[in-house]
Amino acid sequence: MLEILKLLENEAKLSTKEIAFMLSLPEEEVRRKIRELEENKTILRYLTIINWEKAGEEKVTALIEVRITPQRDIGFDAVAERIYRFPEVKSVYLMSGVYDLAVFVEGQNMKEVSNFVATRLATIEGVTRTATHFVMKTYKRDGVILEDKEQERRLVISP
Amino acid sequence: MNKRKAWGEMVNPVVRSIPSSGIRRFFDLATETKEVISLGVGEPDFVTPWHIREACFYSLEKGYTMYTSNQGLLSLRQAIVQEIYNKFGVSYNPKDEILITAGVSEGLDLAIRATVCPGDEVIIPEPAYVSYAPCITLAGGRPVALFTTMEQGFCPTADQVARLITSRTKLLILCYPNNPTGAVISKKRLQEIAEVVCDTDLLVISDEIYSKLTYQGEHTCTAALKGMKERTILLNGFSKAYAMTGWRIGYAASNPEFIEAMNKIHQYTMLCAPITAQIAALEALKNGHQSMHNMVKQFNQRRQLMVNAFREMGLPCFEPGGAFYAFPEIKGTGLSSEEFSLKLLAEEKVAVVPGNAFGASGEGYVRCSYAASIKDLSTALQRIAGFVKRYGLRAKTNVIYKSLVIG
Repeated sequence: MLEILKLLENEAKLSTKEIAFMLSLPEEEVRRKIRELEENKTILRYLTIINWEKAGEEKVTALIEVRITPQRDIGFDAVAERIYRFPEVKSVYLMSGVYDLAVFVEGQNMKEVSNFVATRLATIEGVTRTATHFVMKTYKRDGVILEDKEQERRLVISP
Repeated sequence: MNKRKAWGEMVNPVVRSIPSSGIRRFFDLATETKEVISLGVGEPDFVTPWHIREACFYSLEKGYTMYTSNQGLLSLRQAIVQEIYNKFGVSYNPKDEILITAGVSEGLDLAIRATVCPGDEVIIPEPAYVSYAPCITLAGGRPVALFTTMEQGFCPTADQVARLITSRTKLLILCYPNNPTGAVISKKRLQEIAEVVCDTDLLVISDEIYSKLTYQGEHTCTAALKGMKERTILLNGFSKAYAMTGWRIGYAASNPEFIEAMNKIHQYTMLCAPITAQIAALEALKNGHQSMHNMVKQFNQRRQLMVNAFREMGLPCFEPGGAFYAFPEIKGTGLSSEEFSLKLLAEEKVAVVPGNAFGASGEGYVRCSYAASIKDLSTALQRIAGFVKRYGLRAKTNVIYKSLVIG
């Protein structure tokens, strides 16, 4: 099962037949396992990694360090939820160290992101402080190098 | 005026007698074909792991750009000795039983030149890697082909070896896991061969470059068998397991007399293996285990993808337990190896290597490397399936040969 997940994590477009061949399993079994994994939400979604710059689309991403006052019994979870429900928020992590939440926000431009932070995020009760860092260039995302200059350089045929 | 000879006539007749590799002609054709998917490549599709490359930048910054001793860096030889001992329980002395070479290719040439006298016979189980016979011929020896078949798992039997031994036989060359068949030899079979060898004065060159790429069963090191260490020249390197083909770095392990003899030739021809490559090899042995393991795992998945796909399209495909090649039988299409490969290239833009490039016993097969991305493999296999369907298969070839080498 783990092997199926590892394969799909790298290449979501693999067909059940390819997976079955690669792991020498019956195709029906692979199909059933994937369905199970989808149903129990081990597999959440199949996403595509896109180089938006190449597609001519302007996007701005910022990492926002958020400090919050934890609440009795539920700690950071309630504030975190209020934050991660916004569609502008792409990822949220609870961090060790000087701040509490690392929030990745995406928007059309800096103004839009700044606006979101100032009017939505910073104003949430329990949020005591924010620090916004804009991403200037993405080199690698989710294990994928965006502009990989290492291409196929092997000879076509070799002994 | 004296008419001078044509330049070609001035080339050493022994060199002239060697046919240029069957692969080369095919290479030219495949190179001219646009957008070809190549399953004809004899090297990993991975680039050398980053930590190995990075270790080399550091060494260059620190100015490691000089010769090393002829035998190679002692630290590398020590690491190699440790590795062989840990894996196979064979102990070599790093001082006089290891020689660092510019890839197994150099090691092979040295081993042959150090042992083969003019007229000596060398037994090569075929299908075989393309270098063995020419290197023997260049050394004045005579290659003797031992034909193996798919039904016998492309491994020679002790009997076959025994039958070919004459008073002139000097060497037996073994290469398992095998290029081009992917065959892995079982310990039992190797032991039987070792017994035959130990009754004679025969030496063995064991080319174990694919040893780490063993997916079925376990790799048996020839030198680990009783009585074999002293008479074996063990060749191995870093090209395949660590994706380091272009570095040209390998080693030979044998008794001090053979290593000294090989080192004599090496010191006058190569002097030493490139220091940067030696440093890379040391880094690979020290810290390369994880990245190597990852690559092996991926090769194994692609191997299964390819073998299962061939069987599904009705091409009998022997289970390749090692290396990164599948060697399906294509006789059912009614085409020869060359016809199959040429037509497949022209009609489907997929390059494979005709089996007869590896000796006459490779006729009726093609070598397909699965060292390619899953995407390319899938596309190439679909194209081959369409091709095979178009040419049709005679029904009786529709047999699956299970692995014959395990156990």
